[in-house]
Amino acid sequence: MSGVRVLVGTRKGAFVLTSDGKREKWDVSGPHFAGWEMYHLKGSPADPNRLYASQCSGWFGQIIQRSDDGGKTWTQPGTPPGERTTPEAMPKGESNKFVYDTSAPSGKSLTTHQWYDGTQHPWEFKRVWHLEPSPTDPDTVYAGVEDAALFRSKDGGKSWHELSGLRGHGTGPRWQPGAGGLCLHTIILDPKDPSRIYIAISAAGAFRTDDGGKTWRPINQGLRSQFIPDPTAEVGHCVHHVAMHPSRPNVLFMQKHWDVMRSDNAGDLWQEVSGNLPTDFGFVIDVHAHEPETIYVVPIKSDGEHFPLDGKLRVYRSRSGGNEWEALTKGLPQNDCYVNVLRDAMAVDSLDKCGVYFGTTGGQVYASANAGDSWTPIVQHLPAVLSVEVQTLP
Amino acid sequence: MIRVILPGHLRTLARVPAEVQLHVEGQVTQRSVLDALEAQYPMLRGTIRDHVTHERRPFLRFFACEEDYSLEPPDTPLPDAIASGKEPLLIIGAIAGG
Repeated sequence: MSGVRVLVGTRKGAFVLTSDGKREKWDVSGPHFAGWEMYHLKGSPADPNRLYASQCSGWFGQIIQRSDDGGKTWTQPGTPPGERTTPEAMPKGESNKFVYDTSAPSGKSLTTHQWYDGTQHPWEFKRVWHLEPSPTDPDTVYAGVEDAALFRSKDGGKSWHELSGLRGHGTGPRWQPGAGGLCLHTIILDPKDPSRIYIAISAAGAFRTDDGGKTWRPINQGLRSQFIPDPTAEVGHCVHHVAMHPSRPNVLFMQKHWDVMRSDNAGDLWQEVSGNLPTDFGFVIDVHAHEPETIYVVPIKSDGEHFPLDGKLRVYRSRSGGNEWEALTKGLPQNDCYVNVLRDAMAVDSLDKCGVYFGTTGGQVYASANAGDSWTPIVQHLPAVLSVEVQTLP
Repeated sequence: MIRVILPGHLRTLARVPAEVQLHVEGQVTQRSVLDALEAQYPMLRGTIRDHVTHERRPFLRFFACEEDYSLEPPDTPLPDAIASGKEPLLIIGAIAGG
């Protein structure tokens, strides 16, 4: 029988939740990397046992971990414990090394971006927010980092190289950090066109490459952000998350700081589809696995109050690709609930019926085995959840 | 042998007990000890010193014989008690709650 594996990153470690296709009984393993911030874990579509994880700490920096057995054991790629790795006894492990490419042949000069107070600030690597494995090659994986840049590994995470055309885009000095930092948090690989990648940055906006990452263009036309001096600026929008259904790679759905948006032409133009949402601020957005016009958001009260409106945790579902939304509340707390759901903390499985999952800053991971009609908590007392990803297993 | 005591999270990362022992060629300094540590435990590379600048990460400090050597130049010789293995070099993370 098929099953699911839910990969949960939290402020204090990672957890792996597994169940069979009924999704009623769950096995919880973890914490893995106890005490470390686990921003994101994701499995390779080409090899479900290959997992990548971003482990970081304010004290010790960035670590990349890899599992080749579905999360039972982990290693840092290229750095076996205790191995003296070269004749000169110098370590060859590069898996933690994210260095902006400033080399003459392939890189871009390390200029500045806008700081919170409007002054210019140098680019400084801080952490990996999101890991996106290739749909076809288990050894190829992309990393979205803070300060915003896109890196790629083609050797299973041993070494990382920046796709510097993005950071070197001429608009870089106008990018500014959101409250969480200048983070590249969304990476979408077009399943039908390997040369097309979408990314999103808080607070710069969304970008697209059509040549495998060499050159990029901002795709923010149609966005309106009242909190920046020019509400329709080419860049500077605080995009919180973008989602796509793999059958329709030209259709994108976006949860912006405020506003839920959609684009039907690969981001060339966006239109607002907030419709009857009680508030259109939020972080997550995702698409049903089998119904490309069914989308999910979790409305949050406001940019100053990061918790659900009226203390009611409600997922909203639209079956029409936006504008018309219904509240999904069965099984979710409907009073005194003041958690947040962060941008990478929602995912879907591809079973029938589609499973939907999300994690909260209060440490709950909720699951719905019926496309959102009802919810049950898998776990209720984890550290604050930073990310949730799901693998549908054969 | 040079003795080094690691903070808890780095012990789990390197899969070692609190204290590790290292063979250090030549003069015993912060740099030579950390070079030997990273050579023996490559997964620690970048966690104590920055990958590129090799500067001490800001939330870490180095103590030898109850003295703070964090701000000393990296090639300053460490005390004889460290070089002889009588005392360990302590790598300590800044204290913070949470």
